[in-house]
Amino acid sequence: MSESEVSGAAGSGSVVKRVSDLEIAVTRVFDAPARIVYEAWSNPELFARWWVPKSIGTTLRSCTMDVRVGGTYRLEFGTDAESTWAFFGTYTEVVPLSRMVWTNEEGENGAVSTVTFVEEGGKTLVTFSEAYPSKEALEANLGGMDAAPEQFAQLDDLLATLGAGRD
Amino acid sequence: MVQFQQTRFDTSFSALSDATRRGVLERLAREDASISDLAETFQMTLTGMKKHIGVLEQAGLVTTEKVGRVRTCRLGISRLEEEAQWIDRYRQLWDARFSELDKIVEELKRRESSDERK
Repeated sequence: MSESEVSGAAGSGSVVKRVSDLEIAVTRVFDAPARIVYEAWSNPELFARWWVPKSIGTTLRSCTMDVRVGGTYRLEFGTDAESTWAFFGTYTEVVPLSRMVWTNEEGENGAVSTVTFVEEGGKTLVTFSEAYPSKEALEANLGGMDAAPEQFAQLDDLLATLGAGRD
Repeated sequence: MVQFQQTRFDTSFSALSDATRRGVLERLAREDASISDLAETFQMTLTGMKKHIGVLEQAGLVTTEKVGRVRTCRLGISRLEEEAQWIDRYRQLWDARFSELDKIVEELKRRESSDERK
């Protein structure tokens, strides 16, 4: 399976594409020049307002981003101090208004994330992609959000129920 | 996305509420088996076992594949289905993110044009 493409549902506009076994990408056009869309991706206060939509069911407790080559970022999630977990990594490429690349270092086999901004006629095409070291790592990850502890807890419950059938 | 997962978990839990179905899953965790093997192991009719397998299939806990005259059951949903679901959930995540991002983009545009007027 070298390439499988799934268009976004009508009206949503996001297009997800399995670029290769190791890479998945999502694209979307925004009705604004690149400087504005880039600002929303590179300013931590603005980024924190959209990266974790309510439907994910978790809360972003803090977000720090030092957007320059070699700079780091850290996003902390959870409802209280005990249940906090974090995503973090390093920016490896930063081209203002056009491209950012960063690592995901919170776990083994983390992806390299790339976002590009291409402006045309006052609109901006955003392409975000994640490249994983292996196919299995990509499939296990689902953009990181699947690793949320609550979901592991739900899975644990399910497995416990399954195990209880044996006596 | 949360809604989708909830429904999925509910279906899984109700599929797991039956002792025979839990037994079938344990058996399939060891090795794949045909419906008639399973019917024999659990001492029930072929029709009865087919119903249980149907419930497990619906919950995405079991996949079946017919080769010749034998229908083989194994744990888990099919690779294609899994990939389609996975991509769909990924898209839902990004749709949600991007619709929040739209709001911020609009806000920044408004701010920029009001700065220009000053």
